[in-house]
Amino acid sequence: MLGRLTFEAIPLYSWVAMGGAAVTVGGGIAVFLLITYLRAWKVLWTDWLTSLDHKKIGIMYVVLALVMLVRGFIDALMMRAQQAMALNNEGYLPPEHFEQIFSSHGTIMIFFVAMPFLTGLINIIVPQQIGARDVAFPFLNSVSLFLTAAGAGLVLISLAIGKFSTAGWTGYPPYSGIDYNPGVGVDYWLWALIVSGVGSTASGINFIVTIVKNRCPGMTYMRMPMFTWTTLCISILIAFAFPALTVVAAQLALDRTLGFHFFTNGDGGNMMLFANLLWIWGHPEVYILILPAFGIFSEVVATFSRKRLFGYKSLVYATACIAILSFTVWLHHFFTMGSSANVNAVFGIATMIIAVPTGVKIFDWMFTMYRGRIEFHPSMVFTIGFMVTFVIGGVTGVLLALPPADYLMHNSTFLVAHFHNMLIPGALFGYFAGLNYWFPKAFGFKLDAKWGIRSFWFWIIGFYLAFMPLYVLGFMGMSRRMEHYADPNWQPYLIVAALGAVCVLLGIVCIAIQLYVSVKNWGSARDLTGDPWNGRTLEWATASPPAPYNFAIVPDVRDLDAFHDMKLRGIAYQPPAAYEDIVMPKSSGLGPILGALSFALGFAMVWYIWWLAALAFVLALVCVGIRACDDESEFIVPAADVARIEAAHLGQIASTDMHDMRDFQQVGAASGAPLPGRA
Amino acid sequence: MSETTLNSELLEHEEKKSLESREFGFWVYLMTDAVIFALLFASYVVLSKNSAAGPTSKDLFDLGHTAGETVLLLLSSLTFGVATIAMTSDHAGRVVLWLFITLLLGLGFLAMEMLEFYGMIAQGAGPGTSGFLSAFFTLVGTHGLHVAFGAIGICVMIGQVMIKGLTLPVRSRLVRLGLFWHFLDIVWIGIFSVVYLPGVM
Repeated sequence: MLGRLTFEAIPLYSWVAMGGAAVTVGGGIAVFLLITYLRAWKVLWTDWLTSLDHKKIGIMYVVLALVMLVRGFIDALMMRAQQAMALNNEGYLPPEHFEQIFSSHGTIMIFFVAMPFLTGLINIIVPQQIGARDVAFPFLNSVSLFLTAAGAGLVLISLAIGKFSTAGWTGYPPYSGIDYNPGVGVDYWLWALIVSGVGSTASGINFIVTIVKNRCPGMTYMRMPMFTWTTLCISILIAFAFPALTVVAAQLALDRTLGFHFFTNGDGGNMMLFANLLWIWGHPEVYILILPAFGIFSEVVATFSRKRLFGYKSLVYATACIAILSFTVWLHHFFTMGSSANVNAVFGIATMIIAVPTGVKIFDWMFTMYRGRIEFHPSMVFTIGFMVTFVIGGVTGVLLALPPADYLMHNSTFLVAHFHNMLIPGALFGYFAGLNYWFPKAFGFKLDAKWGIRSFWFWIIGFYLAFMPLYVLGFMGMSRRMEHYADPNWQPYLIVAALGAVCVLLGIVCIAIQLYVSVKNWGSARDLTGDPWNGRTLEWATASPPAPYNFAIVPDVRDLDAFHDMKLRGIAYQPPAAYEDIVMPKSSGLGPILGALSFALGFAMVWYIWWLAALAFVLALVCVGIRACDDESEFIVPAADVARIEAAHLGQIASTDMHDMRDFQQVGAASGAPLPGRA
Repeated sequence: MSETTLNSELLEHEEKKSLESREFGFWVYLMTDAVIFALLFASYVVLSKNSAAGPTSKDLFDLGHTAGETVLLLLSSLTFGVATIAMTSDHAGRVVLWLFITLLLGLGFLAMEMLEFYGMIAQGAGPGTSGFLSAFFTLVGTHGLHVAFGAIGICVMIGQVMIKGLTLPVRSRLVRLGLFWHFLDIVWIGIFSVVYLPGVM
């Protein structure tokens, strides 16, 4: 009846694991009670969970990412603490528990922090940047969200029922095969990946179609904001790369569950096939995480330097180059696994070539800042911190791209330091910049800048303290993922790294305080115009928070910096002659239901509860069938309602709230007049 | 009264736009599916000689049987095409008829494939026997699973044409289902030439 699920699944084997389970379950119960106490279930269901509004879906993605960030970071803190103390002793974590922690840390940070964070920001912003009223497939969008949430739920519940994978976030066989890993851990990992991976693929398709089909008049490809361009590129990457993840995870699941022989030691399996398939997804994934952050940096740096983005075209071409090249380098993740010298050389050179377009981008951002009037808004500070730190990561990446050097550093903490040096400044700082930059757009009031700056300093100092010692330890020969060690020379560095983790913890606490303080003082930081930073791109033309339909009248774009151009021409905030009826998607409860069913399916497959798996699958098919027959999925917002909403918004804007655009009147060479002080 | 006509016009206009997006989105989806099949093909090519102690492709494949499957599937693609032509000339009855024939051919294909799988498993050549057979069953089985979903889709669409008639959304769904069905044909040709032909040679 319950497959292999018994009372043994409750983690009574260690106090630390019990504590983790208690915190997870307690947190769930606390949230449940809080919602009940606030009597918010109905509002939560009708206004949020069933909503097909891309902005609300985006907010839910970001909330999911922040919750999972805390979970993933606790893992990191525990690992740093263990390694700081485990010189010639067992530390406080048994080996198997330590392995679960590093596996879940990587899995969570990639799949359930970075992916939902960037998908959330894209959801909130991209339709507004291209002058659209929604994404192309609002319902599919909701399904994607709840598939991602279902995957996250599987990882979370593995804390309380059973164990998580001990095979690392990449889960290489044969160790992740059923012979060496007979428990449920790897299955939890696999089904979390499969469920959320399908959701990500659907998101990718959705954004490709949105950007290709839903752009407003005048929004040519070469007038799309950089964030939209990076979104288009990563959506194509998602559509090409995520099927590989689905295939490789399904194959390993078949090996484990039905006794297939894709990756087994004997009987004709080939475990190198796993490494290849995984990294055919895995390397593009790195750019899927980083490119949207590059888009955010591009928006932020132009806005807070008060200048047009330098080298827009070169940024577009560089992004496209990176997207294409990202498919040609996957083998550099396993130079040491037996390819010939020539094969390694080809992939090593391809890897180094990626540094060129990335370097172009860094120079473009620096030239945007050059002679700009820089405002040190938290998002700008994160951007500058990124530029400095990311270059270090890039240099160590080029070092690792040399196969002979990689032979020395492979699987050492040098590698760990390198990819954290890419993903923390390259991806996470970008998302934080985006959070600070676009928060008023989503909620109608600004985030507290002081606590934002504090969180930045804790994050960046914590980052350097935590990862620079790991570079050194890599050179000293320390392997990654060591539960304990015998070399006393390593310990001082590991203690410094642990202090760095504590510093990052303070950074996260600062973000929490920032959110709290901002919500408390929201009345004094309201954004009435919808344009708090004197922004340049079209998302600032809507109200903050935007009306459900974003734009009452679909705008007509004439310039790359579309809204900036409208402000210069004096046509921003002008009510149109007449409003029109607007067609909007109806809410649908099928998204959360499909999410719940896929969670049940994943859980049933992990525990071999076949009847539940079959039931969940059939019910999911029925849900899809119901939706496929629904011809009445839209409703009309009458023009009178639109006029009322717009009048309320425009009525709030006093002329003193509007940005003074006289500074931006074209002067100097651009106006044809000579610059002062020059011949 | 005039307001409702206006509203329905607006809805119809939006519907057209949304259906256009759906068709483009479906092409993108098919591309992601093509990537899945490409990687399953790659896995098969890598593992095709790894028959371990089990039977090899020469012992197992029967080209005559496969030719029969091929005929059924290719014919079903043709009949789906005829159904699409009937749709463009607004003959709902003929659409249903040709869809029904397509469904029968598709089910025939599935039956033959099940027979083949059953025979192989009965003689001890199941997917758990060797890497070669794991890759074979996964590739061919994934294609078969797609055909099964396509067959369910055909049933749903027969129902929709009969109940709703050839409305705009129904037509769009038929076109998309057709794309899916023809796509499976192309994949099958790949399977025939990468799996079965080299397997017996």
